[in-house]
Amino acid sequence: MGTVLTVDNINVYYDAIHAIKGISFDVNRGEIVTLIGANGAGKSTTLHTVSGLLRSKTGDIEFLESSIAHTAAHKIVSMGISHVPEGRRIFQGMTVEENLQMGAFVAKKDRIAHNLEYVYDQFPRLKERTKQIAGTLSGGEQQMLAMGRALMSDPELVMLDEPSMGLAPILVDQIFEIIQNLNKAGTTILLVEQNAQMALSVADRAYVIETGRITLSGTGEELAKSDEVRKAYLGG
Amino acid sequence: MTFLNSLISGLSLGSVYAIIALGYTMVYGISKMLNFAHGDVIMVGGYVSFCLTMYVGMNGWIALLIAMVVCTLLGIIIERLAYRPLRGTGSLAVLITAIGVSYFLQNAALLIWGANPRVFTSLFNGMDTMHAAGGQLTITPESLFTIIANIVIMIVLTLFVSRTKAGKAMRAVSEDNGAAQLMGINVNQSISLTFAIGSGLAAVAGVLMCSAYPVLMPTTGAMPGIKAFTAAVFGGIGSIPGAMIGGLILGIIEIFSRAYISTELSDAIVFACLIIVLLVKPTGLLGKKVSEKV
Repeated sequence: MGTVLTVDNINVYYDAIHAIKGISFDVNRGEIVTLIGANGAGKSTTLHTVSGLLRSKTGDIEFLESSIAHTAAHKIVSMGISHVPEGRRIFQGMTVEENLQMGAFVAKKDRIAHNLEYVYDQFPRLKERTKQIAGTLSGGEQQMLAMGRALMSDPELVMLDEPSMGLAPILVDQIFEIIQNLNKAGTTILLVEQNAQMALSVADRAYVIETGRITLSGTGEELAKSDEVRKAYLGG
Repeated sequence: MTFLNSLISGLSLGSVYAIIALGYTMVYGISKMLNFAHGDVIMVGGYVSFCLTMYVGMNGWIALLIAMVVCTLLGIIIERLAYRPLRGTGSLAVLITAIGVSYFLQNAALLIWGANPRVFTSLFNGMDTMHAAGGQLTITPESLFTIIANIVIMIVLTLFVSRTKAGKAMRAVSEDNGAAQLMGINVNQSISLTFAIGSGLAAVAGVLMCSAYPVLMPTTGAMPGIKAFTAAVFGGIGSIPGAMIGGLILGIIEIFSRAYISTELSDAIVFACLIIVLLVKPTGLLGKKVSEKV
């Protein structure tokens, strides 16, 4: 199996606010690992710290056995971590195709055509809309574009931040099906979700984050059955 | 005929504004800051070109190329030393720094080249002025080349940002700095490139402007800088075609005001038009409405 990502005792601050208080976890190759927790618990902050947009004051982050705690965000991408941020953050003024090209910014030239085909295979809807301005896509299509864009760089690890946010239930099912397909195709996935039920149903392992700390961890199944999790996140 | 002659001068002056406005608008687009030192880079371009032709006896076109290189480097250095350390701090700090850089450049020029106005030799010295319609319509080579230069620059720049990888990366950073980093784009490099392009174009604008209005002083860049900034806002700051349209309209309004209304009032009329446009359309003519990020 092998460990892909190790996060070891990170502490992250927004000015005076101590947002992440000593979080540690790891992700193994081929897994779907999910971080669940309430709004503001520190899930997105954790992902931002892994991808280098935020910095931890302590500890270390290791990816494929090299420390990335002080590596520039754009270099972390080329090492093989793709981050689909909360709210998708696709380039609204660019076409679907241009967005995907941006996703391939660090990809090897001879891989781009192959990756594009793979993305269009996973998201046929995008193929019908290559020349459309991304800002005019529907919410579900924008999420697909954000995920497709993240796949363009041949990532080892994809981090998804709230992929189900603001989507109709039928689209949520679709997005989670795609996540599982990607995982079966060999991509390791770190998933952040408020929709704990969906997240736990697909996850190999899960961590519960509360106010900047990890309070529980286990397999997806274990946590889905745990009383604490059911009370707090699954509506009893 | 006055009308056509004024139109040509207006387009020519407007083209200079448009080329300068590009620097303002591209830098604003990518780093959300107003680089008030941009006008003074024009002046540096003018002086470099002046010294090379005057004291070294260099051909004007080669001097222009060297001035472009010097200004490009100057732009990169200004960004690296003055603005980059302030990135992520408040926009007020950056604005004040930009004004400081502007004064620094003007006073450095004063120290190096003195306060006396220098007479700039036109890049097109020796070329004939064209006449049409029985001598009533005159087109100077300065006007002609400035208008052509503007069109060529717009076409090349539009192709650059829409077709090349580096150009698209610039657009991506302009839209969402953080998301661009998550694509693996080196944001610092993208911003440096933008300053480089804007400053190189400022050198072109400086030489073209000094060819048409041949007085060169340390403050030469200040007023055209402010006008071009106005043009950028007029057209919609952040928008490349906006800078072109804003610049041309501003130049035409200015020359027509001088020709038909009053020379003294021309600047007042220009700025009044800006205020009216901003009242009706706060984002400028081609400006996009920026939606708040959630």
